[in-house]
Amino acid sequence: MTEIIARGTLTGVPALSAQGLSKTYGSGANARQILGDVSFEVHDHETVCIVGPSGAGKTTLLRCLAGLMPSTAGSVFIGEEKVVGPPRRMAVVFQDYSRSLMPWMTVQANVELPLRGRPGLTAADRRERAQTALASVGLENSGTLHPWQLSGGMQQRVAIARALAYEPDVLLMDEPFASVDAQTRADLEDLTHAIKAKYGMTILLVTHDISESVYLADRVIVLSGTPTSVTEIVPVDLPYPRDQVSTKSTSEFSELRGHILGLVRRTQP
Amino acid sequence: MRAVLGKSTALLTEIWLPILTVVAWWTLSSKSTSLYFPPLSRIISKLGEVVTTRFASDILPSLQNLAAGLCISVILGVICGLALGLLPPLYTAFQPLLEFMRAIPGVALLPVALFMFGIGSDMKVAIIVFGAFWPVLMNTIDGIRGIDILVKDVSRSYNIRRRDHLTRIVLPAAAPQIIAGIRISVSLGVILIVASEYVASTEGIGYIELQSARQYYMDVMWAALLLLGVLGYLLNVLFRVVEHRLLRWHRGLRGTDQGGTK
Repeated sequence: MTEIIARGTLTGVPALSAQGLSKTYGSGANARQILGDVSFEVHDHETVCIVGPSGAGKTTLLRCLAGLMPSTAGSVFIGEEKVVGPPRRMAVVFQDYSRSLMPWMTVQANVELPLRGRPGLTAADRRERAQTALASVGLENSGTLHPWQLSGGMQQRVAIARALAYEPDVLLMDEPFASVDAQTRADLEDLTHAIKAKYGMTILLVTHDISESVYLADRVIVLSGTPTSVTEIVPVDLPYPRDQVSTKSTSEFSELRGHILGLVRRTQP
Repeated sequence: MRAVLGKSTALLTEIWLPILTVVAWWTLSSKSTSLYFPPLSRIISKLGEVVTTRFASDILPSLQNLAAGLCISVILGVICGLALGLLPPLYTAFQPLLEFMRAIPGVALLPVALFMFGIGSDMKVAIIVFGAFWPVLMNTIDGIRGIDILVKDVSRSYNIRRRDHLTRIVLPAAAPQIIAGIRISVSLGVILIVASEYVASTEGIGYIELQSARQYYMDVMWAALLLLGVLGYLLNVLFRVVEHRLLRWHRGLRGTDQGGTK
């Protein structure tokens, strides 16, 4: 079913596109170019992963895409709308959950925070929407706790619930599972598939884990070393629903993984 | 059962020395005929007298001025600190001036406050504000400037409205430092209220102390000192209770950070 959604609407304006994005820090002799001409498109309801060697400016790229930092040249579009600041239609899940959640608020209040002041949303609506989002990530009973009372994996689930409650068209995830243990990581990857199937939003996920990128994505964008550009965009035609054991043991999975690994190693700075 | 035992042991380790001190003072001074060191029993009976007869005339004015001065310091300090902490160019412009003004001891402004505000309550409140404002201001600025960039990114990327950004993110994030600043301000406030009552004053606990010393009523002087000590102690206890409630999350966060439950 997810596959139908993912493939169904490839026509029309892309959900997210980067056009000739470049970013240079400093100027003159101290200038350091991090991004050099990055262009790609993410279609509606598609899941795309970005991988690249470490130090490839993935975080810089994500901050430009999220409208948190202006690019030196080029532009980002959400649908037909040019990104000049953080867009309302986009939600971000950051890597460091222990810093991205507000420790002075309960889990419920954290999820509700971005919904405050939204027109047409009463306090009761807000509460209900937060509870639904928390239930989607399996934390329906943790609303009254504080983030620091939860395990790392559960904290990242709260951050995902906060993004879900925001009801974005595009979900941006910055190495979201890099700080949790392997088992939790697998659980959260499957959670990503599950929320994708349920909500159907477009997902762009940055990761340094090549297996993860193949397991999650419809397409994988491979970045080069600095200054970063797109080396290759690899389509992943693995069928849904995907499974940690059976999908990852297919020969197609191994081939894709090997191909991407080769690309990343070749472009290592 | 063990918990109760543990609690009473903890209480005992905390209070045996204060009790011993009082007992030692009481017995060692009981036969004292010295003018300067009267028996503790007499000091305490004077303390009772001071509290009952001079509460409205002296103790209450001291407390009122202290409370007014501290409230103004905290409100002004947090508001100015918010502005300076959130607007870096403003902070850069003001910083040298602030460092200079902060370096002037509050009591040094007593003569200035005297001719500007006279000898009434206004002068005393002004002196407290001038001394106690700085720790709140500086700690608020530091607290706000030290807010994690990721927290700001979250606030921006989720388009948190300005009001919620200030009251639900910036102020709570800076709260541990703001509260540490207020704590310093409270001790400064007690010092400054006493100092302000030493000069050209006709009321207050500091006034009682100085007057009785000048007239060689040493027992009253000691009683006033004891009263100041108790007052400072109670303020501290009150403050700890408030801090305990407000910063529960901060302790919890640090607890898990140290406990390594990740």
